[in-house]
Amino acid sequence: MEVVRTNNDQKETAKSKNEAVISIKGLKKSFGEKEVLKDINLELKRGENIVVLGRSGTGKSVTIQCIVGLLKQDAGSLTVFGDEVADMDDKQLKDLRIKIGFLFQSGALYDSMTVRENLEFPLTRVLKLTDKAEIDKRVEAALDGVGLLESIDKLPSDLSGGMRKRAGLARTIIVNPEIILYDEPTTGLDPITSREISDLILSIQKKYKTSSIIITHDMECARIAADRMMIMDNGEFIAEGTFESLHKSNNKIVTSFFKDIL
Amino acid sequence: MAEEIAIPGWKKWLEGIGDQVGFFINFFRNIFTGGFEWSEFVRQCYEIGYRSMMLVGITSFIMGVVLIVQLRPTLVAFGAASMLPKTLAVSFIREIGPVIIAIICAGKIASSIGAELGSMKVTEQLDAMEVSGANPQQYLVVTRILATTIMVPILSVIGDVIGLFGGFLALNLRDNMSFSLYFTKVVASIDFSDFLPAFIKTIFFGFAIGFVGCFKGFSSNKGTESVGIAANSAVVTASLWIFVIDAIAVQVTSLLFYK
Repeated sequence: MEVVRTNNDQKETAKSKNEAVISIKGLKKSFGEKEVLKDINLELKRGENIVVLGRSGTGKSVTIQCIVGLLKQDAGSLTVFGDEVADMDDKQLKDLRIKIGFLFQSGALYDSMTVRENLEFPLTRVLKLTDKAEIDKRVEAALDGVGLLESIDKLPSDLSGGMRKRAGLARTIIVNPEIILYDEPTTGLDPITSREISDLILSIQKKYKTSSIIITHDMECARIAADRMMIMDNGEFIAEGTFESLHKSNNKIVTSFFKDIL
Repeated sequence: MAEEIAIPGWKKWLEGIGDQVGFFINFFRNIFTGGFEWSEFVRQCYEIGYRSMMLVGITSFIMGVVLIVQLRPTLVAFGAASMLPKTLAVSFIREIGPVIIAIICAGKIASSIGAELGSMKVTEQLDAMEVSGANPQQYLVVTRILATTIMVPILSVIGDVIGLFGGFLALNLRDNMSFSLYFTKVVASIDFSDFLPAFIKTIFFGFAIGFVGCFKGFSSNKGTESVGIAANSAVVTASLWIFVIDAIAVQVTSLLFYK
């Protein structure tokens, strides 16, 4: 797949690999009396893939929704590229969101539009591209990259679950984000398709030099895609390490995730 | 895990009012900021206007026929059968046409907008649009509200014409009245003060239908059940607003035109 990158992207990728693109310190978030995030601390380095594991309802999705400003934290600091997300105005938030791709669990394709129109949407509305040839080139390149070029004129209702995820992924990467947040990218897919999506996540990281936070319950996805894993329980991270190091952990909650792994 | 505190009903009601005011302000702000979504606006005009035309046409035609059939015995008893075209024209253009057509549009359009946006919320499409950096209000809300504001008055005018034609057919079948006589009597009986206030209120009806549909869709919860609730609530609320606007419009019109 041909990677279309702007000068800004090239400058950014030249920056230090140890630079933290996302830094979260003491993040708290409650809904009414229910404290969902108690004390979240996380640092995502440039070019790194972090997999966040945790049972349903532990606050994983809430954490990434805070990162893109869909939810506002009650306390703590959340900076992306050094800027505090909670302090951003609408314009700054919009600029930030262009740099962050978000893959929803369902793919969240706009169901009244074809796959082509879904991919054109961020190009024409967000990047404000007007050159039809340039738009077509980028749409075809993105779809080719996820192996979905033959479905370019299909409606989302004509796609399988795996194809929807691929199309969603293509729509996410088409604007060349520097960070991608994956919300359970393999949930509801068969093991073969799950593996294909996991491989795709890894290849996107390598090809686009993106940094990613991947929320998943799928240990195979974690094994393939993770540079580092963080285990979340009851609104806070309880363990952190590589797949191998966590596999050897004695922590009861951590071992429960690895019990089916040989 | 701690239980959520129950919010009192009056506080929820006040919050609802505040949300609607915020939505209203955002709508106007989004008309004038950023680019206007012309292609989506035209598509919505087609969906809302053209696709409602058949329903509006059939309903208006039947209303015209029914009104003549119902009015005729009373007017004949008073020896005022010749007043039938005038009675129909004035009542249809001033009140019955705009209100009935707006109620039909509320049922068809407000529910469809509420269900569409509600399902987009459930399937995270609204969130996806927002996190991509695009403005869902500009793309989805502004276009739909403006389309209903423009298309409902047009549908209302078309409905008036078809309703009056239905009335003619009923009169022609009963009394063998010629089209030229009927047409002359209708045109002679209505003037500017009958048509203009009715037309202006349909603009408000259209706005209310679009606004309520969009608000209910956007403010629905993230569950499949909420899509049905959003659609149902959109119809009920839009219908209620149509009667409230009509009551206000009648008062204003009678003060200005029929002293």
